[in-house]
Amino acid sequence: MAGISLRGISKTYGGTRALRGLDLDIEDGEFFVLLGQTGAGKTTTLRLIAGLEKPTEGEIYIDGQNVADWNAAERDVALVLQQYSLYPRLSVRGNLEFPLKSKVRNFSSDEIERRVNKAAETLQITKLLDRKVERLSGGEMQRVSIGRAIVREPRVFLMDEPLSALDAKLREALRVELKKLHTELKATFLFVTHDQVEAMSMGDKIGVLNRGKLVQVGTPAEVYHNPCNTFVARAVGSPPMNLFDARVAGGQMEIGSVKVPVGANGTALDGRDLTVGVRPENIRLENGAPVSARVFDIEDHGVVKILTMQVGEDKVHATVPAKTVVRLDETVQFGWQPEKTLLFDRQSGTNISTQ
Amino acid sequence: MAAVQTTSERALNKVAIISVLIVTIIFLAPIYWIVSTSFKPRHLATTVPPTIVFEPEISPFVKLTLRRSQLREQPTPEEYTAAPWWERLVFDGGEKIVRSGRGEVQLSGYPSRFVNSLIIAITSTILAVAMGTITAYGFSRFKMPGEQDWLFFILSTRMLPPVVVAIPMFLMYRVVGLNDTHVGLIILYTAFNLSFSVWLMKGFIDEIPKEYEEAALVDGYTRMEAFFKVVLPEAATGIAATAVFCFITAWNEYAFALIMTRRDAQTAPPFIPSQVGSGLPDWTVIAAGTFLFLLPVAIFTFLLRNHLLRGMSFGAIRK
Repeated sequence: MAGISLRGISKTYGGTRALRGLDLDIEDGEFFVLLGQTGAGKTTTLRLIAGLEKPTEGEIYIDGQNVADWNAAERDVALVLQQYSLYPRLSVRGNLEFPLKSKVRNFSSDEIERRVNKAAETLQITKLLDRKVERLSGGEMQRVSIGRAIVREPRVFLMDEPLSALDAKLREALRVELKKLHTELKATFLFVTHDQVEAMSMGDKIGVLNRGKLVQVGTPAEVYHNPCNTFVARAVGSPPMNLFDARVAGGQMEIGSVKVPVGANGTALDGRDLTVGVRPENIRLENGAPVSARVFDIEDHGVVKILTMQVGEDKVHATVPAKTVVRLDETVQFGWQPEKTLLFDRQSGTNISTQ
Repeated sequence: MAAVQTTSERALNKVAIISVLIVTIIFLAPIYWIVSTSFKPRHLATTVPPTIVFEPEISPFVKLTLRRSQLREQPTPEEYTAAPWWERLVFDGGEKIVRSGRGEVQLSGYPSRFVNSLIIAITSTILAVAMGTITAYGFSRFKMPGEQDWLFFILSTRMLPPVVVAIPMFLMYRVVGLNDTHVGLIILYTAFNLSFSVWLMKGFIDEIPKEYEEAALVDGYTRMEAFFKVVLPEAATGIAATAVFCFITAWNEYAFALIMTRRDAQTAPPFIPSQVGSGLPDWTVIAAGTFLFLLPVAIFTFLLRNHLLRGMSFGAIRK
């Protein structure tokens, strides 16, 4: 088991910068999720830690040791990829044994047998052991991939979108299992995903990456409730946070033609260009509320309804209780509690609610 | 295919089967001609129209492999009865087997040419495929300056018809003493096949996800081990296809073998036609030589057929 520290990591491929000055601390035994869009540098970060690439600048520490000169084998990390990490020629058992048969590890055949069986039991793939990999379903393959990682009992698990190739049901099931596995193994997990639901539901901590820079690190709750800028606010939460351009004047917040009261520290912001963020679940439909809108779309999710409302040119999302009665094209009024809004500087996008 | 077929579908099927049969017969006819001629008595070899039904005999193969000469006078009945059956066959054809002073039979030029062909083709194939695979792996997996230029350079060596350089090669080989040596031809054929082998193998290796090796690297294997344990088995199909092509090229090569070799390292292709001109051509012997010459490629291809079926789609392996 080991913590991971990245210090000032930059990585350049040819002319493109994949990572810029990345600092990251992952504690021993933590389930850390790196969240970011395609091209944000998530996979690069994983590959750097795994030792498959060398950073252009900066140092990587695993368990406090600088691993700059360690190759992938010596770092004792395990990598689970979205696909292609199983060898189609080998059986499931062959695939599970493969990492243990390396000369570096030098395990006895009894030990290999024991570990393979244990991993298979943990992942409930004992029945599949003698099956050819090509005969497995997507979910089974991913289980075997995870098995390949856990047989070695590595210090760190690196997972590169291991669930994104699976269908929704399986993804949910494996999400739970991975969490359970983490609790059992007490190992450090670094999990990379573009799916914010995965990030929120699995991570002890989330790191949000944007174009090679780490934007925010925090617990899911922190990142959700107190995003450090509009990028994080948009990236986390589904449906995404509503963001409006606004201006504060005389204790009132002007959003277009609509005026709503500002929260407690409102007066200090007089005259500043702001972006106001409101989570969809904080929007309440009420007769006589300050904003009028036309119902554009209704998604009934059973527990809640997600409304898309049109206000002028903007679309506003609201999560309302399922029993709420609304019809398409109906005009509704909505509002929110001022203290539940987040204020961002419009230019920089930085969260200024807490200032 | 659906269980229920309409009459027209059935008729169409029949037409298809018959067409395939006809095409197959057309393709196989020359091969049948060669094979049948190699089992014919000499006087039936050149009949017009060709003799299709005849009593096969083995004498062309005896004549092919043993030294023989024209009979000046008929053997005495004692000589004839004392001779083993295969020698009688040669007597029947108006020839006799040349024996040494101690009465031992001697091999003709053909067996050694055939062995030369095997040695040269197999060695050059192994070399070309091995070097090609390693080179292709390098090009496929590592970034290097001028990669495209290098690849083009490798390909460009095939743009010149090899025969164009035959005379300069001959002169160079004469200086370094490689004329009429196995090594000389092996080097030549390996060089011809290498560019082809690199390009073909690069296609196959590009298709193997690099994640396979990376997983192995993380698992504790060295780059070398990952190459041998992961990449090579996955590339087996490609290697088989490349090997067959290289082998066929080296096996069939005629022009250089004709120019560069005379005796010691002469391969079968220039030797077989050279027999046409010695005395009256015995087409049955030439056919027998050709037939034996066909066999290795056929056997090699047959052994690798499972790999080839997938490999012939040039890298389109299943992911």
